[in-house]
Amino acid sequence: MAQRQYTLWISARKDSGTGWFLGALALIVVVVPFLNLVVPALSPIHISAYGLTLVGKYLCYALLALSIDLIWGYCGILSLGQAAFFALGGYAMGMYLMREIGPRGVYGDPVLPDFMVFLNWKSLPWFWHGFNHFAFALLMMILAPASLAFAFGWFAFRSRVTGVYLSIITQALTYALMLAFFRNDMGFGGNNGFTDFKDIVGFDLHSDKVHVVLLVITAFMLGASYLVCRMIVSSRAGRVIRAIRDAESRTRFLGYRVESYKLWIFVFSAVLAGIAGALYVPQIGIINPSEFSPINSIEAVIWVAVGGRGTLYGAAAGALLVNYAKTYFTSTIPEAWYYALGTLFVLVTLFLPRGIVGLLSGRVRKQTKKEPLRIQADRPEPSRK
Amino acid sequence: MSVSKSLDVENLTVSFDGFKALNELTLRIEPGELRCIIGPNGAGKTTMMDVITGKTRPDSGTVHFGPKLNLLALTEPEIAQAGIGRKFQKPTVFEQLTVFENLELALAGNKSFLHTLFVRRTPKQESRIYEVLEIIGLSEQHQALAGTLAHGQKQWLEIGMLLMQEPELLLVDEPVAGMTPQEIERTAELLQSLAGEHSVVVVEHDMDFVRSIARRVTVLHEGRVIAEGEMEHVQQDSRVIEVYLGA
Repeated sequence: MAQRQYTLWISARKDSGTGWFLGALALIVVVVPFLNLVVPALSPIHISAYGLTLVGKYLCYALLALSIDLIWGYCGILSLGQAAFFALGGYAMGMYLMREIGPRGVYGDPVLPDFMVFLNWKSLPWFWHGFNHFAFALLMMILAPASLAFAFGWFAFRSRVTGVYLSIITQALTYALMLAFFRNDMGFGGNNGFTDFKDIVGFDLHSDKVHVVLLVITAFMLGASYLVCRMIVSSRAGRVIRAIRDAESRTRFLGYRVESYKLWIFVFSAVLAGIAGALYVPQIGIINPSEFSPINSIEAVIWVAVGGRGTLYGAAAGALLVNYAKTYFTSTIPEAWYYALGTLFVLVTLFLPRGIVGLLSGRVRKQTKKEPLRIQADRPEPSRK
Repeated sequence: MSVSKSLDVENLTVSFDGFKALNELTLRIEPGELRCIIGPNGAGKTTMMDVITGKTRPDSGTVHFGPKLNLLALTEPEIAQAGIGRKFQKPTVFEQLTVFENLELALAGNKSFLHTLFVRRTPKQESRIYEVLEIIGLSEQHQALAGTLAHGQKQWLEIGMLLMQEPELLLVDEPVAGMTPQEIERTAELLQSLAGEHSVVVVEHDMDFVRSIARRVTVLHEGRVIAEGEMEHVQQDSRVIEVYLGA
């Protein structure tokens, strides 16, 4: 195991993208909390609580993008329902945060969250039990997206649904979930969702310090998930999933159970998306059914395409850049944002099939000849054949 | 490695929308044999390979590999694991992986996700890969992405992937399509050297190539066998001349 970690570290050092990515993440973890907690509020470089929340949100999106890159960039499965797993993770966290409010709600009911009192419910629905324990909620943040991905993937991959059909079904999946979660009698707060959170494991969610800690945890989870994804894609299994992407039936005739590979990767990527959603909710302070809306999943796919798919760090970078642009646009010319996003997507698809990362690495490609095998294999692939 | 299993195809019928691609086809490949299968377009050659490798399900008939193994009950990966390798008509390699990695993925062994997630190449596997690279003449290009290879080289890479699988039976669909005469000659040598250690079934259109390698030839026409035997013998057969060679 020590040997494996060592080689992973070596390959991370050789791979300049990984170095840049982890370096940037470390920089964020140091600089952003410093600018918020240490620099005085009146200083022009002070980062406000709002700014802190924004950075945290971007990092959650980067993790979501990572999960999409793994399944799309490497395994060729264009999931247009990834935001559903994000939202499920978020709802699991939201349920914990709602129970954590306890008797401090507007109606002061010791057990029932406000929306249940409002709906005249007398007791807690069965699926709300256990969510007062943080550990249980953590488990559900992983299990809920994982089991949905498993059930969906089991049927879809076994029936050999591929390509655009699979993409459409995943869109339908997230849309169906959105409609379901909009219903009051589903027991998830209907269209208002969950909000007015007070604290997380006893720490006040209105305090900047708690937000700094959440941001650091998010950055850590992003970095750790990145390394696990990197390990997966540089293992032999990673080469098998790329083989599936490029020639599925050939892979089958070599003796690989393609649907089982797809299922593993799909479930794992759903878990990453769920974790991203769970980290998102306490920082943003609200979760509602609009998180399931089909456009969210499509936007996330665009981040990955813009950043450069099949590289992992490209996906994360794409999420950060596009969302920064979105924040900027929506505060200056909000009505232009979706036009800008659509134009960006078309331009990237036409002129930058390997995304921004492809553009950069095409310019500064430093390849050492020491282990050319690995380097060639890890090179970002052109998306068009 | 020695081969002990024969391939028995009996009364195989496959129809697509009423058209009988295979019509009561019966065929036996002896262990270690090199067999060429010829026939005009639409004779059912590729369909037969599809059924044997699990890609297509037949309407009726049986396919057995060895005395016990019923191939019709298995999926494509299971059939591959049982020792049957296939080369496609159109060369199909993993274009975004290197030549070396293509061969590595074809390595015989445990192919489950959790195994491949943690497995490392053993020195023995590596030397086997280099050995096969030597056999297929791609040692120089082992670091190149397979997509950058010339057509003939892709054909060989695919044959090399078959070898890595250590199959008992190789099904080779049009191995010399698009090859230069020199490449064809080397491919003939390669396939002949494989027979004995493996059973080899070659589907081919190129009659000169078939003449140069064939020991036994089976002629298919409209989904059934119309002649089988030595090349010289088959060439004399009046029906064969009529449907195929005479043309």
